[in-house]
Amino acid sequence: MHRFANPARFLKIARVATPITALLGLALLAAGLGLGLFSSPPDYLQGESVRIMYVHVPTAWFGMGGYLFVALASAAFLVWRHPLADVAARAAAPVGATFTAVCLMTGALWGRPTWGTYWVWDARLTSMLVLLFLYLGYIALANAYDDRERGGRAAAILALVGVVNLPIIKFSVEWWNTLHQPASIRMSGSSIHPEMLQPLLLAALGFQLIFAATVLMRMRTALAGQVIAARAARLAGAHG
Amino acid sequence: MMQTPFIVASYAIAITGVLGLFAVSYVQMRRAERQAAALRKERRGQ
Repeated sequence: MHRFANPARFLKIARVATPITALLGLALLAAGLGLGLFSSPPDYLQGESVRIMYVHVPTAWFGMGGYLFVALASAAFLVWRHPLADVAARAAAPVGATFTAVCLMTGALWGRPTWGTYWVWDARLTSMLVLLFLYLGYIALANAYDDRERGGRAAAILALVGVVNLPIIKFSVEWWNTLHQPASIRMSGSSIHPEMLQPLLLAALGFQLIFAATVLMRMRTALAGQVIAARAARLAGAHG
Repeated sequence: MMQTPFIVASYAIAITGVLGLFAVSYVQMRRAERQAAALRKERRGQ
């Protein structure tokens, strides 16, 4: 892993990986959502509103997965002081926050025709809202200091503390009585009909690759920004 | 209850949010990398 922490080596890999993940992600997303909207059957109980699952479930998965990535990168930054780990965590946080916000909004839109309400203060919904606040707190804290490293360290600690929320989200539907249904896909198998499972997995893979491509692009932007900032600092030094 | 408006709104939010951020990130990356490349070139020319 340390080999890839070299920014030059990372950029070399990222320049190849970005278009591949982006194009593959867009193609899989179009296929998954297209099948989900026009080809998969309606649910016997929920009717057509089950089609919201194809955007809601993947954004929930990668809202949570994104936070785990931010936390792991933060841990690498705190332990090994790799600047690239800080760049990765900062790049992933807004992407994860967007996925989480989309998950909450599409969940509300699924809740209205299914439960009769947009929102309830139920354990799953509330812990997912806490995840969004953790992301927003991370972003605010990372940018709150003039000294970039201090901001990175403070935000990394928050990211690590916030990891405790991930199992709470996952097991909230088992630990408490919630309106939200339990997981339909487990390690032991899936209770979703294959005609619905196939578009869901395609859309999920598409969302995952779009997530990865967006993070790679944001990391490349940050690294290019460092070159521009260093040049500006040199010019200011020469003229000052 | 009509379910179609909820489905359309969900897809609109998901596509706008996720692909909007993707597009903005792409534009920002292209701009920053072009600027950084121009600076490197300028430095080599000095």
